[in-house]
Amino acid sequence: MIAATYAAGTLALEVQGLCSAYGVPFTFSVLTGQCVAITGPSGSGKTVMLRMIADLDPHEGEVRINGQPCLDMPAERWRRLVQYVPAEPAWWSDIVLDHMADTDEVHDLIGRLGLREDCLRTPLSRLSTGERQRLALIRALLLHPRVLLLDEPCSALDAATTDRVEAVLQAVRARGTAIVLVSHNMQQAARMAGKRFRIAQGHMEEIAP
Amino acid sequence: MNPIVLTTGDMLVAAALIVTSSALSFLLSLGLQRALLVSAVRMAVQLALVGSVLLFVFGHASVWLTIGLLAFMFSAAGWEAGSRQQVRLCPGWHFGIAGVATATGTVIVVLIGLLTALQPHPWYVARTAIPLTGLLLGNVMNATSLSMNTLLSAITRERQAIEARIILGATRAQAMNGLIRQAIRAALLPTLNQMAAAGIVTMPGIMTGQILAGMNPLAASRYQVLLMSLIVSGNLIGATFAAYLMAWHLTDSRGRLRLERLLSRSRD
Repeated sequence: MIAATYAAGTLALEVQGLCSAYGVPFTFSVLTGQCVAITGPSGSGKTVMLRMIADLDPHEGEVRINGQPCLDMPAERWRRLVQYVPAEPAWWSDIVLDHMADTDEVHDLIGRLGLREDCLRTPLSRLSTGERQRLALIRALLLHPRVLLLDEPCSALDAATTDRVEAVLQAVRARGTAIVLVSHNMQQAARMAGKRFRIAQGHMEEIAP
Repeated sequence: MNPIVLTTGDMLVAAALIVTSSALSFLLSLGLQRALLVSAVRMAVQLALVGSVLLFVFGHASVWLTIGLLAFMFSAAGWEAGSRQQVRLCPGWHFGIAGVATATGTVIVVLIGLLTALQPHPWYVARTAIPLTGLLLGNVMNATSLSMNTLLSAITRERQAIEARIILGATRAQAMNGLIRQAIRAALLPTLNQMAAAGIVTMPGIMTGQILAGMNPLAASRYQVLLMSLIVSGNLIGATFAAYLMAWHLTDSRGRLRLERLLSRSRD
Protein backbone atom coordinates (compact mmCIF):
# COMPACT_ATOMS: atom_id res chain seq x y z
CA MET A 1 0.00 0.00 0.00
CA ILE A 2 1.09 3.57 -0.64
CA ALA A 3 2.04 5.64 2.41
CA ALA A 4 -0.11 8.57 3.55
CA THR A 5 0.61 11.69 1.50
CA TYR A 6 -1.68 14.26 3.10
CA ALA A 7 -1.53 15.70 6.61
CA ALA A 8 -4.40 14.72 8.92
CA GLY A 9 -6.93 17.44 9.69
CA THR A 10 -6.56 19.29 6.37
CA LEU A 11 -9.56 19.79 4.12
CA ALA A 12 -9.71 17.22 1.35
CA LEU A 13 -13.08 18.03 -0.21
CA GLU A 14 -15.23 21.14 0.04
CA VAL A 15 -18.72 21.23 -1.47
CA GLN A 16 -20.43 24.63 -1.48
CA GLY A 17 -23.94 25.20 -2.85
CA LEU A 18 -23.55 22.33 -5.29
CA CYS A 19 -26.77 21.76 -7.20
CA SER A 20 -28.14 20.63 -10.52
CA ALA A 21 -30.66 22.64 -12.52
CA TYR A 22 -33.55 21.07 -10.58
CA GLY A 23 -32.11 19.91 -7.24
CA VAL A 24 -31.39 21.31 -3.79
CA PRO A 25 -27.97 22.80 -3.00
CA PHE A 26 -25.51 20.68 -1.00
CA THR A 27 -22.85 22.13 1.28
CA PHE A 28 -20.41 20.04 3.33
CA SER A 29 -16.72 19.30 3.67
CA VAL A 30 -14.60 16.20 4.26
CA LEU A 31 -11.22 16.18 6.03
CA THR A 32 -8.22 14.13 5.00
CA GLY A 33 -8.84 10.51 5.97
CA GLN A 34 -12.41 11.26 7.05
CA CYS A 35 -15.51 9.38 5.91
CA VAL A 36 -18.78 11.24 5.49
CA ALA A 37 -21.96 9.22 5.00
CA ILE A 38 -25.00 10.48 3.10
CA THR A 39 -28.30 8.70 3.63
CA GLY A 40 -31.79 9.41 2.43
CA PRO A 41 -34.71 7.87 0.58
CA SER A 42 -34.40 6.67 -3.00
CA GLY A 43 -34.69 9.49 -5.49
CA SER A 44 -33.58 12.16 -3.00
CA GLY A 45 -30.58 13.11 -5.16
CA LYS A 46 -27.69 11.25 -3.49
CA THR A 47 -26.35 9.70 -6.70
CA VAL A 48 -26.78 12.95 -8.63
CA MET A 49 -24.73 14.67 -5.91
CA LEU A 50 -21.89 12.14 -6.25
CA ARG A 51 -21.98 12.50 -10.05
CA MET A 52 -21.75 16.28 -9.77
CA ILE A 53 -18.80 16.05 -7.36
CA ALA A 54 -17.07 13.75 -9.88
CA ASP A 55 -17.87 16.38 -12.56
CA LEU A 56 -19.89 13.89 -14.60
CA ASP A 57 -22.98 16.11 -14.72
CA PRO A 58 -23.27 19.88 -15.23
CA HIS A 59 -23.73 21.74 -11.95
CA GLU A 60 -23.80 25.06 -10.18
CA GLY A 61 -21.92 25.87 -6.99
CA GLU A 62 -18.34 24.95 -6.22
CA VAL A 63 -16.37 21.83 -5.41
CA ARG A 64 -12.73 21.96 -4.32
CA ILE A 65 -10.12 19.37 -3.50
CA ASN A 66 -7.08 20.48 -1.53
CA GLY A 67 -8.52 24.00 -1.90
CA GLN A 68 -8.40 23.85 -5.72
CA PRO A 69 -11.70 24.43 -7.57
CA CYS A 70 -12.91 21.77 -9.94
CA LEU A 71 -13.03 24.08 -12.95
CA ASP A 72 -9.41 25.20 -12.40
CA MET A 73 -8.22 21.65 -13.03
CA PRO A 74 -8.36 19.60 -16.25
CA ALA A 75 -11.44 17.35 -16.03
CA GLU A 76 -9.42 14.16 -16.51
CA ARG A 77 -7.08 15.01 -13.61
CA TRP A 78 -10.06 15.93 -11.43
CA ARG A 79 -11.77 12.59 -12.04
CA ARG A 80 -8.61 10.64 -11.24
CA LEU A 81 -8.33 12.49 -7.93
CA VAL A 82 -12.07 12.18 -7.21
CA GLN A 83 -12.91 8.57 -7.97
CA TYR A 84 -16.59 7.72 -8.27
CA VAL A 85 -17.68 4.08 -7.88
CA PRO A 86 -21.32 3.77 -9.02
CA ALA A 87 -23.80 1.37 -7.44
CA GLU A 88 -23.84 -0.59 -10.70
CA PRO A 89 -20.34 -0.26 -12.13
CA ALA A 90 -19.99 -0.43 -15.92
CA TRP A 91 -17.33 -2.22 -17.97
CA TRP A 92 -16.17 -1.64 -21.52
CA SER A 93 -15.02 -5.21 -22.07
CA ASP A 94 -15.82 -8.63 -20.64
CA ILE A 95 -12.17 -9.23 -19.74
CA VAL A 96 -11.18 -8.06 -16.25
CA LEU A 97 -7.55 -7.50 -17.25
CA ASP A 98 -8.68 -4.96 -19.87
CA HIS A 99 -9.64 -2.81 -16.89
CA MET A 100 -6.64 -3.29 -14.62
CA ALA A 101 -3.09 -4.59 -14.84
CA ASP A 102 -2.07 -7.91 -13.29
CA THR A 103 0.05 -6.37 -10.49
CA ASP A 104 0.99 -7.25 -6.90
CA GLU A 105 -1.24 -4.42 -5.68
CA VAL A 106 -4.24 -5.94 -7.50
CA HIS A 107 -3.53 -9.40 -6.05
CA ASP A 108 -3.15 -7.88 -2.57
CA LEU A 109 -6.56 -6.17 -2.86
CA ILE A 110 -8.16 -9.31 -4.33
CA GLY A 111 -7.05 -11.28 -1.27
CA ARG A 112 -8.14 -8.64 1.21
CA LEU A 113 -11.56 -8.23 -0.43
CA GLY A 114 -12.20 -11.97 -0.40
CA LEU A 115 -12.23 -12.41 -4.18
CA ARG A 116 -11.10 -15.63 -5.89
CA GLU A 117 -7.59 -15.41 -7.38
CA ASP A 118 -8.91 -16.62 -10.74
CA CYS A 119 -11.43 -13.77 -10.98
CA LEU A 120 -8.92 -11.80 -13.06
CA ARG A 121 -9.18 -14.46 -15.76
CA THR A 122 -12.95 -15.02 -15.51
CA PRO A 123 -15.25 -13.16 -17.94
CA LEU A 124 -17.04 -10.34 -16.13
CA SER A 125 -20.38 -11.67 -17.35
CA ARG A 126 -19.76 -14.84 -15.30
CA LEU A 127 -18.95 -13.01 -12.07
CA SER A 128 -21.58 -12.21 -9.47
CA THR A 129 -22.82 -8.66 -8.82
CA GLY A 130 -20.89 -8.63 -5.54
CA GLU A 131 -17.66 -9.74 -7.25
CA ARG A 132 -18.05 -7.05 -9.91
CA GLN A 133 -18.72 -4.45 -7.19
CA ARG A 134 -15.45 -5.34 -5.45
CA LEU A 135 -13.52 -5.36 -8.73
CA ALA A 136 -14.88 -1.87 -9.47
CA LEU A 137 -13.62 -0.76 -6.06
CA ILE A 138 -10.17 -2.19 -6.88
CA ARG A 139 -10.23 -0.40 -10.26
CA ALA A 140 -10.87 2.90 -8.46
CA LEU A 141 -8.33 2.31 -5.65
CA LEU A 142 -5.55 1.63 -8.17
CA LEU A 143 -5.66 5.34 -9.08
CA HIS A 144 -4.93 6.26 -5.41
CA PRO A 145 -7.61 8.96 -5.36
CA ARG A 146 -7.67 11.91 -2.99
CA VAL A 147 -11.43 11.46 -2.56
CA LEU A 148 -13.44 8.26 -3.01
CA LEU A 149 -17.14 8.59 -3.81
CA LEU A 150 -18.92 5.32 -3.06
CA ASP A 151 -22.53 4.69 -4.04
CA GLU A 152 -23.88 1.69 -2.12
CA PRO A 153 -20.55 -0.21 -2.30
CA CYS A 154 -21.81 -3.20 -0.28
CA SER A 155 -25.38 -3.50 -1.56
CA ALA A 156 -24.75 -6.97 -3.02
CA LEU A 157 -22.44 -8.32 -0.29
CA ASP A 158 -22.98 -10.59 2.71
CA ALA A 159 -21.97 -9.48 6.23
CA ALA A 160 -18.53 -11.13 6.21
CA THR A 161 -17.57 -9.65 2.84
CA THR A 162 -18.93 -6.25 3.91
CA ASP A 163 -16.51 -6.41 6.87
CA ARG A 164 -13.63 -7.06 4.46
CA VAL A 165 -14.62 -4.09 2.28
CA GLU A 166 -14.92 -1.84 5.31
CA ALA A 167 -11.47 -2.95 6.52
CA VAL A 168 -9.96 -2.04 3.15
CA LEU A 169 -11.73 1.33 3.23
CA GLN A 170 -10.40 2.01 6.73
CA ALA A 171 -6.87 1.30 5.45
CA VAL A 172 -7.47 3.64 2.53
CA ARG A 173 -8.59 6.35 4.94
CA ALA A 174 -5.51 5.77 7.07
CA ARG A 175 -3.33 6.76 4.15
CA GLY A 176 -5.27 10.02 3.74
CA THR A 177 -8.03 9.36 1.24
CA ALA A 178 -11.34 11.04 2.12
CA ILE A 179 -14.53 9.05 1.54
CA VAL A 180 -18.07 10.12 0.74
CA LEU A 181 -20.28 7.09 1.30
CA VAL A 182 -23.86 6.94 0.05
CA SER A 183 -25.70 4.10 1.76
CA HIS A 184 -29.15 2.96 2.79
CA ASN A 185 -27.48 0.86 5.48
CA MET A 186 -27.64 3.03 8.61
CA GLN A 187 -25.48 0.63 10.64
CA GLN A 188 -22.73 0.77 8.04
CA ALA A 189 -22.99 4.58 7.89
CA ALA A 190 -22.62 4.71 11.69
CA ARG A 191 -19.66 2.28 11.64
CA MET A 192 -17.77 3.97 8.84
CA ALA A 193 -18.49 7.67 9.06
CA GLY A 194 -17.42 10.35 11.53
CA LYS A 195 -20.05 12.68 10.11
CA ARG A 196 -23.44 11.70 8.68
CA PHE A 197 -25.97 13.66 6.64
CA ARG A 198 -29.52 12.89 5.66
CA ILE A 199 -31.12 14.23 2.52
CA ALA A 200 -34.89 14.49 2.88
CA GLN A 201 -37.73 16.72 1.78
CA GLY A 202 -35.54 18.98 -0.29
CA HIS A 203 -32.78 19.70 2.19
CA MET A 204 -29.64 18.16 3.69
CA GLU A 205 -29.19 17.97 7.46
CA GLU A 206 -26.43 16.60 9.66
CA ILE A 207 -27.39 13.64 11.83
CA ALA A 208 -26.29 14.11 15.44
CA PRO A 209 -23.54 11.64 16.44
CA MET B 1 -19.05 2.99 -82.09
CA ASN B 2 -22.07 5.28 -81.74
CA PRO B 3 -24.05 5.40 -78.50
CA ILE B 4 -27.33 3.47 -78.49
CA VAL B 5 -30.02 6.15 -78.35
CA LEU B 6 -33.22 4.94 -76.69
CA THR B 7 -36.49 5.70 -78.46
CA THR B 8 -40.05 6.12 -77.13
CA GLY B 9 -40.61 2.48 -78.07
CA ASP B 10 -37.74 1.46 -75.79
CA MET B 11 -39.33 3.45 -72.96
CA LEU B 12 -42.55 1.55 -73.56
CA VAL B 13 -40.62 -1.73 -73.12
CA ALA B 14 -39.42 -0.42 -69.73
CA ALA B 15 -42.99 0.55 -68.81
CA ALA B 16 -44.24 -2.88 -69.87
CA LEU B 17 -41.70 -4.50 -67.53
CA ILE B 18 -43.03 -2.47 -64.59
CA VAL B 19 -46.63 -3.33 -65.47
CA THR B 20 -45.71 -7.04 -65.76
CA SER B 21 -43.93 -6.94 -62.40
CA SER B 22 -47.00 -5.33 -60.84
CA ALA B 23 -49.22 -8.02 -62.33
CA LEU B 24 -46.90 -10.69 -60.94
CA SER B 25 -47.03 -9.00 -57.54
CA PHE B 26 -50.86 -9.06 -57.73
CA LEU B 27 -50.94 -12.75 -58.71
CA LEU B 28 -48.52 -13.72 -55.92
CA SER B 29 -50.35 -11.48 -53.37
CA LEU B 30 -47.11 -9.61 -52.61
CA GLY B 31 -48.94 -6.33 -52.18
CA LEU B 32 -46.16 -4.48 -54.02
CA GLN B 33 -48.05 -3.46 -57.14
CA ARG B 34 -49.04 0.01 -55.93
CA ALA B 35 -45.53 0.76 -54.60
CA LEU B 36 -43.98 -0.48 -57.86
CA LEU B 37 -46.21 1.69 -60.06
CA VAL B 38 -45.89 4.80 -57.87
CA SER B 39 -42.09 4.42 -57.59
CA ALA B 40 -41.72 3.88 -61.32
CA VAL B 41 -43.83 6.93 -62.21
CA ARG B 42 -42.00 9.01 -59.61
CA MET B 43 -38.62 7.86 -60.93
CA ALA B 44 -39.55 8.62 -64.53
CA VAL B 45 -40.84 12.11 -63.67
CA GLN B 46 -37.79 12.91 -61.50
CA LEU B 47 -35.29 11.73 -64.12
CA ALA B 48 -37.12 13.53 -66.93
CA LEU B 49 -37.06 16.70 -64.84
CA VAL B 50 -33.35 16.28 -64.02
CA GLY B 51 -32.59 15.64 -67.71
CA SER B 52 -34.46 18.81 -68.68
CA VAL B 53 -32.78 20.90 -65.97
CA LEU B 54 -29.33 19.60 -66.95
CA LEU B 55 -30.08 20.30 -70.63
CA PHE B 56 -31.02 23.86 -69.68
CA VAL B 57 -27.96 24.39 -67.43
CA PHE B 58 -25.52 22.88 -69.94
CA GLY B 59 -27.04 25.01 -72.70
CA HIS B 60 -26.62 28.29 -70.80
CA ALA B 61 -23.07 27.62 -69.53
CA SER B 62 -23.67 29.96 -66.57
CA VAL B 63 -21.56 29.65 -63.43
CA TRP B 64 -24.44 30.94 -61.32
CA LEU B 65 -26.87 28.39 -62.68
CA THR B 66 -24.33 25.65 -61.91
CA ILE B 67 -23.78 26.98 -58.37
CA GLY B 68 -27.55 27.24 -57.80
CA LEU B 69 -28.14 23.66 -58.90
CA LEU B 70 -25.23 22.37 -56.78
CA ALA B 71 -26.51 24.31 -53.74
CA PHE B 72 -29.91 22.65 -54.16
CA MET B 73 -28.28 19.20 -54.47
CA PHE B 74 -26.13 19.74 -51.35
CA SER B 75 -29.11 20.93 -49.28
CA ALA B 76 -31.18 17.92 -50.32
CA ALA B 77 -28.26 15.55 -49.54
CA GLY B 78 -27.74 17.09 -46.08
CA TRP B 79 -31.43 16.72 -45.36
CA GLU B 80 -31.54 13.11 -46.58
CA ALA B 81 -28.37 12.09 -44.69
CA GLY B 82 -29.81 13.49 -41.48
CA SER B 83 -33.28 12.05 -41.79
CA ARG B 84 -32.52 8.33 -41.55
CA GLN B 85 -31.63 8.01 -37.84
CA GLN B 86 -33.83 6.53 -35.13
CA VAL B 87 -32.08 8.67 -32.52
CA ARG B 88 -31.12 12.19 -33.44
CA LEU B 89 -29.91 15.53 -32.16
CA CYS B 90 -32.05 18.66 -32.15
CA PRO B 91 -32.84 19.51 -35.83
CA GLY B 92 -30.32 22.36 -36.25
CA TRP B 93 -27.36 20.30 -35.06
CA HIS B 94 -28.50 17.07 -36.66
CA PHE B 95 -28.98 18.38 -40.18
CA GLY B 96 -26.06 20.78 -39.71
CA ILE B 97 -23.63 17.95 -38.95
CA ALA B 98 -25.06 15.77 -41.74
CA GLY B 99 -24.81 18.65 -44.21
CA VAL B 100 -21.32 19.78 -43.24
CA ALA B 101 -19.92 16.21 -43.30
CA THR B 102 -21.57 15.38 -46.63
CA ALA B 103 -20.50 18.65 -48.24
CA THR B 104 -16.91 18.41 -46.95
CA GLY B 105 -16.39 14.85 -48.19
CA THR B 106 -17.95 15.65 -51.57
CA VAL B 107 -16.30 19.02 -52.25
CA ILE B 108 -12.79 17.75 -51.46
CA VAL B 109 -12.94 14.77 -53.83
CA VAL B 110 -14.87 16.63 -56.56
CA LEU B 111 -12.16 19.30 -56.60
CA ILE B 112 -9.44 16.64 -56.70
CA GLY B 113 -11.23 14.90 -59.59
CA LEU B 114 -11.82 18.10 -61.55
CA LEU B 115 -8.42 19.67 -61.00
CA THR B 116 -6.23 16.61 -61.50
CA ALA B 117 -7.57 13.68 -63.53
CA LEU B 118 -10.52 15.11 -65.49
CA GLN B 119 -9.31 18.71 -66.00
CA PRO B 120 -12.24 20.09 -68.07
CA HIS B 121 -11.97 23.66 -69.45
CA PRO B 122 -12.93 25.63 -67.49
CA TRP B 123 -12.61 23.30 -64.49
CA TYR B 124 -16.13 24.16 -63.22
CA VAL B 125 -17.89 23.46 -66.51
CA ALA B 126 -21.40 22.20 -65.74
CA ARG B 127 -21.30 19.19 -68.08
CA THR B 128 -18.51 17.62 -65.94
CA ALA B 129 -18.95 19.25 -62.52
CA ILE B 130 -22.65 18.50 -62.05
CA PRO B 131 -22.72 14.76 -62.92
CA LEU B 132 -19.50 14.16 -60.96
CA THR B 133 -20.85 16.04 -57.93
CA GLY B 134 -24.17 14.20 -58.16
CA LEU B 135 -22.48 10.80 -58.26
CA LEU B 136 -20.15 11.53 -55.33
CA LEU B 137 -22.77 13.38 -53.30
CA GLY B 138 -25.12 10.39 -53.31
CA ASN B 139 -22.38 8.06 -52.11
CA VAL B 140 -20.98 10.42 -49.45
CA MET B 141 -24.53 11.07 -48.23
CA ASN B 142 -25.04 7.32 -47.66
CA ALA B 143 -21.71 6.96 -45.86
CA THR B 144 -22.40 10.00 -43.65
CA SER B 145 -25.83 8.71 -42.80
CA LEU B 146 -24.50 5.22 -41.94
CA SER B 147 -21.71 6.69 -39.82
CA MET B 148 -24.13 8.88 -37.85
CA ASN B 149 -26.60 6.07 -37.38
CA THR B 150 -23.98 3.56 -36.20
CA LEU B 151 -22.39 6.04 -33.80
CA LEU B 152 -25.67 7.25 -32.32
CA SER B 153 -26.87 3.68 -31.75
CA ALA B 154 -23.51 2.70 -30.22
CA ILE B 155 -23.39 5.72 -27.90
CA THR B 156 -26.90 5.15 -26.58
CA ARG B 157 -26.20 1.41 -26.15
CA GLU B 158 -22.73 1.84 -24.61
CA ARG B 159 -23.45 4.91 -22.52
CA GLN B 160 -22.37 3.34 -19.23
CA ALA B 161 -19.19 1.85 -20.69
CA ILE B 162 -18.19 5.23 -22.13
CA GLU B 163 -18.82 6.85 -18.77
CA ALA B 164 -16.81 4.14 -17.00
CA ARG B 165 -13.77 5.24 -19.01
CA ILE B 166 -14.49 8.92 -18.33
CA ILE B 167 -14.78 8.22 -14.59
CA LEU B 168 -11.31 6.67 -14.65
CA GLY B 169 -9.84 9.82 -16.18
CA ALA B 170 -10.09 9.13 -19.92
CA THR B 171 -10.52 12.11 -22.22
CA ARG B 172 -13.68 12.19 -24.32
CA ALA B 173 -11.59 11.15 -27.34
CA GLN B 174 -10.11 8.17 -25.47
CA ALA B 175 -13.55 7.15 -24.22
CA MET B 176 -15.23 7.29 -27.64
CA ASN B 177 -12.50 6.51 -30.17
CA GLY B 178 -13.41 2.81 -30.35
CA LEU B 179 -17.03 3.63 -31.20
CA ILE B 180 -16.01 6.33 -33.67
CA ARG B 181 -13.76 3.86 -35.50
CA GLN B 182 -16.59 1.30 -35.49
CA ALA B 183 -18.97 3.87 -37.05
CA ILE B 184 -16.48 4.83 -39.78
CA ARG B 185 -15.79 1.17 -40.61
CA ALA B 186 -19.53 0.43 -40.84
CA ALA B 187 -19.98 3.41 -43.17
CA LEU B 188 -17.18 2.25 -45.48
CA LEU B 189 -18.15 -1.42 -45.63
CA PRO B 190 -20.69 -1.21 -48.52
CA THR B 191 -18.19 0.73 -50.68
CA LEU B 192 -15.36 -1.71 -49.84
CA ASN B 193 -17.61 -4.64 -50.77
CA GLN B 194 -18.54 -2.88 -54.00
CA MET B 195 -14.85 -2.33 -54.81
CA ALA B 196 -13.94 -5.94 -54.05
CA ALA B 197 -16.75 -7.28 -56.23
CA ALA B 198 -16.29 -4.79 -59.09
CA GLY B 199 -15.94 -6.59 -62.40
CA ILE B 200 -16.14 -10.07 -60.86
CA VAL B 201 -19.51 -10.31 -59.17
CA THR B 202 -21.10 -7.17 -60.65
CA MET B 203 -20.42 -4.93 -63.62
CA PRO B 204 -20.13 -1.43 -62.14
CA GLY B 205 -22.88 0.99 -63.17
CA ILE B 206 -20.65 3.76 -64.44
CA MET B 207 -18.58 1.39 -66.59
CA THR B 208 -21.70 -0.32 -67.94
CA GLY B 209 -23.23 3.04 -68.84
CA GLN B 210 -20.10 4.19 -70.65
CA ILE B 211 -19.70 0.93 -72.58
CA LEU B 212 -23.37 1.13 -73.64
CA ALA B 213 -22.76 4.74 -74.64
CA GLY B 214 -20.00 3.56 -76.96
CA MET B 215 -16.80 3.94 -74.96
CA ASN B 216 -13.90 1.51 -75.27
CA PRO B 217 -14.21 -1.01 -72.34
CA LEU B 218 -10.61 -0.42 -71.22
CA ALA B 219 -11.11 3.35 -71.16
CA ALA B 220 -14.42 2.78 -69.33
CA SER B 221 -12.65 0.64 -66.72
CA ARG B 222 -10.15 3.47 -66.13
CA TYR B 223 -13.04 5.84 -65.49
CA GLN B 224 -14.52 3.32 -63.11
CA VAL B 225 -11.24 3.01 -61.18
CA LEU B 226 -10.92 6.79 -60.88
CA LEU B 227 -14.52 7.27 -59.81
CA MET B 228 -14.47 4.40 -57.27
CA SER B 229 -11.31 5.89 -55.76
CA LEU B 230 -13.00 9.29 -55.49
CA ILE B 231 -16.11 7.67 -54.00
CA VAL B 232 -14.26 5.70 -51.31
CA SER B 233 -12.12 8.72 -50.38
CA GLY B 234 -15.15 11.03 -50.20
CA ASN B 235 -17.04 8.45 -48.14
CA LEU B 236 -14.14 8.14 -45.71
CA ILE B 237 -13.91 11.91 -45.28
CA GLY B 238 -17.68 12.36 -44.89
CA ALA B 239 -18.07 9.43 -42.45
CA THR B 240 -15.09 10.61 -40.37
CA PHE B 241 -16.32 14.20 -40.18
CA ALA B 242 -19.82 13.06 -39.26
CA ALA B 243 -18.59 10.73 -36.49
CA TYR B 244 -16.17 13.22 -34.91
CA LEU B 245 -18.61 16.14 -35.11
CA MET B 246 -21.33 13.97 -33.56
CA ALA B 247 -19.03 12.77 -30.74
CA TRP B 248 -17.84 16.33 -30.13
CA HIS B 249 -21.42 17.61 -29.86
CA LEU B 250 -22.48 14.80 -27.49
CA THR B 251 -19.79 15.73 -24.97
CA ASP B 252 -18.91 19.08 -23.43
CA SER B 253 -15.69 20.95 -22.72
CA ARG B 254 -15.35 19.09 -19.38
CA GLY B 255 -15.52 15.76 -21.21
CA ARG B 256 -18.96 14.91 -19.83
CA LEU B 257 -21.33 12.78 -21.88
CA ARG B 258 -24.34 15.01 -22.75
CA LEU B 259 -26.93 12.54 -23.99
CA GLU B 260 -29.75 14.90 -23.07
CA ARG B 261 -28.89 16.52 -26.42
CA LEU B 262 -30.33 13.44 -28.13
CA LEU B 263 -33.95 13.18 -29.12
CA SER B 264 -35.49 9.74 -29.53
CA ARG B 265 -38.17 9.16 -32.06
CA SER B 266 -40.07 6.24 -33.38
CA ARG B 267 -40.54 5.85 -37.11
CA ASP B 268 -43.46 3.81 -38.25
